[in-house]
Amino acid sequence: MSIAFKPDETFRDDYTYRNSLAAIRRFPFPFHQDQYMYSVNMEPHTKGPAGSVFENAFDIDEHYIAEMRDRAITLERDPGRCVSLPHMMDAEWDTLELIMESLSRDYPDMFTLARDGTRWTWTNKPLGIEQAFTFGDAATLPCPPFEYITRQTQGDFVIMDQRDNDLFADAGMITSQADWSLMFDAGMSFMEWHGPVPLAHELGVFERALKYLLMLQQGRPVRRLNWTMTINPRLDTSPETYPEWGPDRASVTPDNVGDKVHLRVELQALFRLPRSNGMLFSIRGYLASMNELATYPRWAKRLHRVLSTLPNELAEYKGLVRYKPTTLDWLSKFDDGEVLPAGTQPE
Amino acid sequence: MSSASLNVEIRRIRELAPGIREFSLSRTDGEDFPVYSGGSHIVLSLPLGDRPHRNPYSLLGDPTVRDTWRVAVRKQEESRGGSRWLHEQAREGMRIDISAPVNLFPLIRTGRRHILVAGGIGITPILSQARELARLGADFEVHYAYRGPEFGVFSNELEALAPGRVHHYVQSRREQIEFGSLLAGRPLGTHFYICGPAGMVAASMNAGKSLGWPESHLHSEQFLAPTGGEPFDVKLALSGKAFTVPSDLSLLEAIEQQGVDAPYLCRGGACGQCELEVLGAEGELIHHDLYLSADERASGKKIMPCVSRLKGGCLTLNL
Repeated sequence: MSIAFKPDETFRDDYTYRNSLAAIRRFPFPFHQDQYMYSVNMEPHTKGPAGSVFENAFDIDEHYIAEMRDRAITLERDPGRCVSLPHMMDAEWDTLELIMESLSRDYPDMFTLARDGTRWTWTNKPLGIEQAFTFGDAATLPCPPFEYITRQTQGDFVIMDQRDNDLFADAGMITSQADWSLMFDAGMSFMEWHGPVPLAHELGVFERALKYLLMLQQGRPVRRLNWTMTINPRLDTSPETYPEWGPDRASVTPDNVGDKVHLRVELQALFRLPRSNGMLFSIRGYLASMNELATYPRWAKRLHRVLSTLPNELAEYKGLVRYKPTTLDWLSKFDDGEVLPAGTQPE
Repeated sequence: MSSASLNVEIRRIRELAPGIREFSLSRTDGEDFPVYSGGSHIVLSLPLGDRPHRNPYSLLGDPTVRDTWRVAVRKQEESRGGSRWLHEQAREGMRIDISAPVNLFPLIRTGRRHILVAGGIGITPILSQARELARLGADFEVHYAYRGPEFGVFSNELEALAPGRVHHYVQSRREQIEFGSLLAGRPLGTHFYICGPAGMVAASMNAGKSLGWPESHLHSEQFLAPTGGEPFDVKLALSGKAFTVPSDLSLLEAIEQQGVDAPYLCRGGACGQCELEVLGAEGELIHHDLYLSADERASGKKIMPCVSRLKGGCLTLNL
């Protein structure tokens, strides 16, 4: 297999997660310029350059096996992280089909899908799975179709039902969220679940985004990047487990910033689903420590400038306030004031 | 954003009734079609003279049959060429381009009961919706109105989907749907869907509203054919083009003919995708669409170029 997996790394307890040099280089650094502000920064989710996180519809990387194990641990502790309302069954199958088709097309050495009418056989070599089942018959899978396939795909997933000129979060597999709760948001409309986001409502960002998404076409997915920061390479930063990770925010010192503070970038993609007319929202997260990012000084300089000009409301919302000064101090060592050209690429 | 296109061959043409033809389409690349949801439509690009003419038609076949898509076309009396071409020029074996499916008339999956109403050729999206509801095992009924017995072209397919739950109304027998009684006394959670002539759609919506139905439970689909009109001048501020929209083209078609890529989806005044910003209008905007609100029309700042026009001098658009 072409990807050298790191099956033993952990996202909790001893936090052995690290990025290889190749993984740092392909990290989707999100800041084009020295200041950050919300925008409807959506673009067609078309095939990107080979090796980039945009190469394929669903990105599989060196952390795949370890991330899937972390998801299984979280689900074991809290099965409520996977939710699907009864009217979403067609959308569940749509999602399974889209992901199986995409992975087997994009990673033929790792995933294969054999179809004989509705008799399908799915092979996932990295996880050692071979499953024969009948498409459309949930009883032939070990768990419901949406849970089945998203236990085998990196990133969090929400399926939205479209009705009343709105989108409703009626299904989700959420085990690596940046401090939001599926149990809280399930069944909410687009404006409801974006309610807590500061500043963007005043800019009309969500209104424009919703109008745009309601017209999303089959076969023409779109994507955007979003970001926040996380202390320790932890995937499960949900409100439910806040007592476990919340105190980490107070643990950042000038000595451990480089290891502990992580930039967390979400590659968010939206796909119109064919049978159900629903919409799959995939949130693929990438974590890189400050040390890893600073291997490219250009990124460290830019992040220093973005954080130092970030509006307070956004710093509060993203939960950075407590450790922002320490992080800024650390990053300032890299920032010589050089004028940086627009763009996100490493040097 | 204009639509992705697929090249298809017309595999089979069936004469269903006087003025109604069904077309079966297959992909020329040998691939399967994607699945679609009940109520979806595609846009056909038809070779009329030197320009493609794009018309939307609902998909009516079984979405699980992925080697064939079916549409049915009624010959419009005042056709600008599209339906006439399909009735007079189209032959089996010809190739045309079509768009990917879009659904502006989706079923509401949280609905407890569904009432579907079709008027004439409005049966096409209703048929695919009925198919989907039957597959889901949902509680639904269909009301199908047509001019005479020979025009009930999909009666047998419907009956097979919903035995005992299809009601027929034949105009030549003076049968007519009474929307007041059809919609009265329905339990909460019932959704109503109609596709048919404008007068019929309006009558049903009025009946629903006067009976206290929430608007969110009343669904209709109606594409407007672009009507001709007086020629007018257009300036495109961003692309720097200036041209005249002739009487037999829509504003959208005239823009496309200039080689400018303008967004669209339904091309029938319903979806809102082609909305353009009006920078200046010397004359009166003639809005034919079903999308803009009264306030938006009054502002004079927006136009839906697929069906709307200017009466008077020159229109300047932010495109």
